[in-house]
Amino acid sequence: MTDHKLSNAQIAWRAAQDIHDGAYVNLGIGFPEKVAQYQPEGRQAIFHTENGILGFGPSPAAGQEDWDLINAGKRAVTLNPGASFFHHADSFAMVRGGHLDVAILGAYQVAQNGDLANWRVGAKGVPAVGGAMDLVHGAKRVAVITDHVTKDGAPKLVEKCIFPLTGLACVTRVYTSLAVVDIEGGRFVLREKLPQISLEDLQNLTDAELHITDPVIDLITPEL
Amino acid sequence: MDKTIPSAAAAVAQIPDGAVVMIGGFGGAGAPIELIHALIDHGAKDLTVVNNNAGNGRIGIAAMIDAGLVAKMICSFPRSSDPRAFNEKYLAGEIELELVPQGTLAERIRAGGAGIPGFYTPTGVGTELAIGKPTCDFDGRTYLQERWLKADFALIKAEQADRHGNLTYNKTARNFSPLMCAAAQTTIVQASQIVEAGMIDPEHVITPGLFVDQIIEIPNPQQEELLIRAEAVYP
Repeated sequence: MTDHKLSNAQIAWRAAQDIHDGAYVNLGIGFPEKVAQYQPEGRQAIFHTENGILGFGPSPAAGQEDWDLINAGKRAVTLNPGASFFHHADSFAMVRGGHLDVAILGAYQVAQNGDLANWRVGAKGVPAVGGAMDLVHGAKRVAVITDHVTKDGAPKLVEKCIFPLTGLACVTRVYTSLAVVDIEGGRFVLREKLPQISLEDLQNLTDAELHITDPVIDLITPEL
Repeated sequence: MDKTIPSAAAAVAQIPDGAVVMIGGFGGAGAPIELIHALIDHGAKDLTVVNNNAGNGRIGIAAMIDAGLVAKMICSFPRSSDPRAFNEKYLAGEIELELVPQGTLAERIRAGGAGIPGFYTPTGVGTELAIGKPTCDFDGRTYLQERWLKADFALIKAEQADRHGNLTYNKTARNFSPLMCAAAQTTIVQASQIVEAGMIDPEHVITPGLFVDQIIEIPNPQQEELLIRAEAVYP
């Protein structure tokens, strides 16, 4: 077993490499927002936020916030040249209508058939769903970024989700702290893995079979 | 035509107990704080409130909940930086929650305003929020039937209004407001500035005045996020 794993920044960096120039992208609140920091040189993605902006940029300096200019995470943001505002029905027409190129979300669990659980872990407390159930349907690519296992070491890539579902068969690629895994034909297909971890160890940390159809590429990221 | 009225109090006085009230705003942007606080002063009870969230801190919708005016929330995300007001009532079983995915909430309100009683969406299929809802297959894929959502009143914050009720908004303070203006029987708008008809370029009107019934000018309106950061309490 190895202690090697990617940091959240490195997972976000890896996910950012797959976003093409000119892509329209929605990043989930929290960890997925980091992906915006690692756009490769020479590429420009346009970021969508559910509450009604295309083309928002990073947060302004402290004290410069305009609290009428926020993203879905209620964080103050700025506008890039070419930005636009729109109401919520238009915003979700962009989502459900298949107009976004990529949505990147976090996950509690992803199943081998692409089912995603990312909105609540049980029946306790106050449920809150926001736009997660909408976002998983419509984007041309729905990717998840996540640690490969939970804090307790339990696999997050599973045969079948135990936690309440966000959407059925919606995830197409998972970027984890150990690997890049595609979901194809109801199974996990391993594309890339950290060179420091053996296939056997990776499989032991995954609750469903990792299939190999092509040579597995070394997952190498910069120090971040 | 002149849809202006003299005060927030006069505007909300017509809202009876048991009304369904849509309130614009997403997070700290777009909440019509002055209208909400006037409604608290008015004291209508057993209200059903439609908003993306379920109040934050001790002002606005949270203050309505604290005052015991809200029987039911229809929202997508009843969580915030300070969700005490809703959480306490919800966990005590004193407030009903209808949880709706955000895009479905927007589309239900849009449908309500557009006279479309139901529609089909992929959102929520196979999840616990689909329980009890009819499904139908279109072109080989399963969709969920959702119903329109209408209201007796909408409380809206706009940037500029003209006397005919044509509206503009400020940045992401727009959010659900144009949809709610159309979905409510009576739409009450607070605008930072009221101008004469013709002063807003027709190309720049976001909500046409047909969807608006009453306008009140509230210059320099309170901003929800700033009130929360100042730990403001109402009343």
